[in-house]
This record gives sequence, structure tokens and C-alpha cells, in this order.
Amino acid sequence: MTIADLVGVSAVDAVTESIKKARAHESFNAALSIFEDRAMARARLVDSGEVTGRLAGIPFIAKDNFLAIGGPTTAASKFLASFEAPLQATAIERLEAEGAICIGKANLDAFAHGGSTENSAFGVTTNAIDKTKVAGGSSGGSAVVVALGIVPFALGTDTGGSIRQPASFNGIIGFKPTYGTVSRYGVVAMASSTDTIGVLASSIDDTELVMSLMAGKDDKDMTTLPDFWQAHKLDRQLKVGLITESMTDDVDAPVRGAVEAYAEALKEKGHTVDGVSMKMLKYALAMYYVVVPAEISSNLGRYDGIRYGRRAAAESLAELYGKSRDEGFEAENKRRIMVGSYVLSSGYFDAYYLQAQKARTLLINEFNDLFSRYDVLIMPTAPTTAFAIGENVHDPVKMYLADIMTVPASLAGLPAISVPAGIDDSGMPIGIQLIGRRRDDTLLLALARQMEGSE
Amino acid sequence: MTHIPPHDVHYLAQLSNLQLSAQEAAALQADIQSIVSYIELLSELDTTSVEPTHQVTDLHNVWREDVVDDYGIAADDLIALAPESQDGQIKVPKVLV
Repeated sequence: MTIADLVGVSAVDAVTESIKKARAHESFNAALSIFEDRAMARARLVDSGEVTGRLAGIPFIAKDNFLAIGGPTTAASKFLASFEAPLQATAIERLEAEGAICIGKANLDAFAHGGSTENSAFGVTTNAIDKTKVAGGSSGGSAVVVALGIVPFALGTDTGGSIRQPASFNGIIGFKPTYGTVSRYGVVAMASSTDTIGVLASSIDDTELVMSLMAGKDDKDMTTLPDFWQAHKLDRQLKVGLITESMTDDVDAPVRGAVEAYAEALKEKGHTVDGVSMKMLKYALAMYYVVVPAEISSNLGRYDGIRYGRRAAAESLAELYGKSRDEGFEAENKRRIMVGSYVLSSGYFDAYYLQAQKARTLLINEFNDLFSRYDVLIMPTAPTTAFAIGENVHDPVKMYLADIMTVPASLAGLPAISVPAGIDDSGMPIGIQLIGRRRDDTLLLALARQMEGSE
Repeated sequence: MTHIPPHDVHYLAQLSNLQLSAQEAAALQADIQSIVSYIELLSELDTTSVEPTHQVTDLHNVWREDVVDDYGIAADDLIALAPESQDGQIKVPKVLV
């Protein structure tokens, strides 16, 4: 389903239909809540002409780590199970100002920690194509509601691949912009140096329209970049680098085949494609699982059971903190918080945290070198298609390896997109990842648009 | 390979303000051990005279005027989020015992 499909449909009809579809697909456990009253009230305002804009009457769903008015914001955690946000995320505010209607919230790994949406306190989201497979994550619910055609687009967050990987697993588009493009105000923080806000959709036009409306400086988020978003018209042949280290035997053969086919299709459009080496690729995941847990351990310090969220019964303050956090967090949250505490603790700081931050510089230097020679880099979005539910839950490192292709762009703050590129032998979707220079977001989208439908 | 002994797990839980059951602590010990073994891969890299990267925005010192901005949220609405409150104050258990 695309935004164009809703041209000429009243807002009330569009919202009614989306809510009906969401309820018909409850067994996927993709939507955690539906804001029917608020959504219908806003739809009536659009139909009466009181609210207008470029997304007038278009329903969407936000990942449940975006603060929104109209229902709970849970971050899929027990900690925030009954949390009603007193404000809305800037991203949602900007879309509502253009007439879009948030009809509800999508499931995720609790606090966005995970790559399969199996870590949600409210149950697993199943893949849109095969219910025995994972949705991917952490924006698994957002990917599935788009893949099922419930809404034309959904909002997600991408800290290390959480938009791109589930988009790949469900056969849709997932876009993560340059770090700082969209305000993070009103979005539950995970790792502040790599958290980004992006879109999951079924067409490049829809992806770009929604991104263009959310992008831009926000005084409520000091890390937002000065406005730079400008449509790009692709009028030249691009130099594309295919990362050879992403095409080893560790990557499923059908995935490699899809990347090779995509490279051929790029050449047919007149672009050049060279195999290029990226030596730091093998270290990126290790960097990520130092830097990100460190930032998580700090960001999640705010969940103390005092000011909001779950509070355990306790006699003393220390017991209140300890029990509230033990009861409120999922196992993966605790793992990451404790690994973060470990790499930041005295005695280990230099060996792990500082070393990872220095390695991050080496990774960025390598990207800079590659982008001095190439306009766009391509590689698989994930080494595999969607894996079976339960397959990786008992082995955190194996689970983390699903992020190996997506974390490099996150650590360097680069824009990246996952586009659908065929299916494997069992019919599961494959995604190709395109990575661009910082602020080359619209160049990436222009290339993806040119290639759309030709995979 | 760095070994994470049980007392380290208890210390990390304490640093993290997590009151863990014995069973949870044992499971987390094994998980943290395997994660730490994986991230030790970074020790292969020569980072002599490399500056660390803390952020990727290229922005420096983003200032704003020093004026009060409530972001359109009333204090009472924030206090109302607290699990326990009284007379516009958040209630907590006794701090000094």
C-alpha cells in the first residue's frame, strides 16, 4: 500500500480501513495499541477541511518508543506498560502538522534492544511472510504493519540497523538518515551517539516525502543538523563500491546472489560498480557492542521507579531502585546495561571503551577514504533472511551478528537504505543496503528510485 | 581471554542498580562472558595516536538563550506521572536509614 493508493479516499475511510486491517492481523502481534478515538477525531478534522497538508488523512503507525498523545507509550517494556506521555515526539508533531494521522503504535524489542522483536514484554511479532520466522528488529512491528498493507508507512528508530534489518526481513523499504537529520525529541533514548529516526514504507516516493517533512533543525534536540534536505535529481552516472568483505561464505548464497544481481542492474543503468575492500567491517560489530551498551547503561539510568514508570514495593531507596529495575527490564536490557557498566568501569575503560572509540575513528577514516573514490557503497542488509523464532534467543552474540552489516553506517552517522531485492529459495525477502556520504540522503533515495522495480 | 567471575557480576549489578536473583546472575554471567570475549577482537587494532570519536555531528557548542522554556508541559502533569506524590512533590522511601 502506498500513499498514492489513498488519493481520493476520505480520511475517515482511510483510518477506518487501516484500523480494520490492524485488527484483522492481530495474530502477527505487530501493533501494540490502536488510538481509535483520537485517530477518528483527527480524520474528521481533515475531512472537514480544518486540517490540511501534504499528508492530509494519511494513516501511519509509530514504533512504540515514540511519545504520542492518544494512548500509552511503552517502549515494549514492563517499566512503561502504563505510561501515558505528556508530550509528542517532534517527528510525530511535524507529520500531524501536515495532516497525517497516527493510528497507533508498533511492537519492538523492549527499549529497542534487539534484532528480532523477540525481546518485547508484550510478545513476539511474527514475520509478515512466514509466521514461524522473526520480524527482525528492533522496529519489527513497524516493518510488519507496512508489509501487511495496514498503513502506507511507519516510523522506526535505527541505532544499529533497527529500521533496515526488519525492512529487509519483510520485503519493504527501510531508510535511516544521516545522524542528526530528524529530531530525537520525544523518542525513548537508547544510544545517543547513533540513535536516528527514519521511515519504513513500500515506495521510495513515500519514504522521501515523509523524510522531507520530518527532517530539519529542532531547538528541542541540540544534535539536529542545520536544514540540508533538498530533493536530488539523479543526472549523472555514479561510482558504486561493492564491499567485498560483505560477500564471504558467512553470508547466505541467495543473499550474495541478490547483491550481485543488483550490481549488474546498476551497471545496466550506466553506473560503475567496483569491488572494494573495507578492512574495518570485521571490527564494527565489536565496536558497536562496546559503545552502544555504554551509552545504554547511562541512558537507562533514568528508569529508577521514582518519577514515572514502574515502581516496585520497597522499604528503602536502594531496594526501590534495584527491584524496580529488576522487574521492569527484560533480560536483554539487563545484559546491555551490565556490559555497559563493565566497559565503563575503572580498570576496563581504556581497554574496551576508549579502544572502541578509537576504533570508531579508524572506521570513519576508512569510510572517508572510500567515499573519496565512490558515491555510494552497497552490501547486503543482513547476512541471512529472517531466521526462525527462537533460533538465536539463547546466544546473544549470534543474535548480535544479524546486525553485522548495518552497524558500520550507524557508527559513522551515515545515511543508509535497505531496498527489497528478491527472495531466497523458501520465499523469504532479501534486502540490499545502499550507504551514502553524510548528508547525501537524497542522492541515495534518487538512486534507489531509479532502481525501483528493476531488482 | 578475560574471565568474568561471579563477584564481578555482583559488582556490575550493583553499579547498574539491578537487584538480580541468583538464577538471573548466573545466566547473565555466561552471557556477559561471551559478549566480552567477542569485543576483545578490538585489541587486535593498533590505535596508537588515534583520537577517539565521541560523536558524529561535526557540531560544536550548540548554545541557546538562558531563558526558561517549559516546552508547553505543566509541572503538575509531570508530577502526575510519578507512582506516588503528595502536595506537588514526588514521594520516595526514607533515604537516610
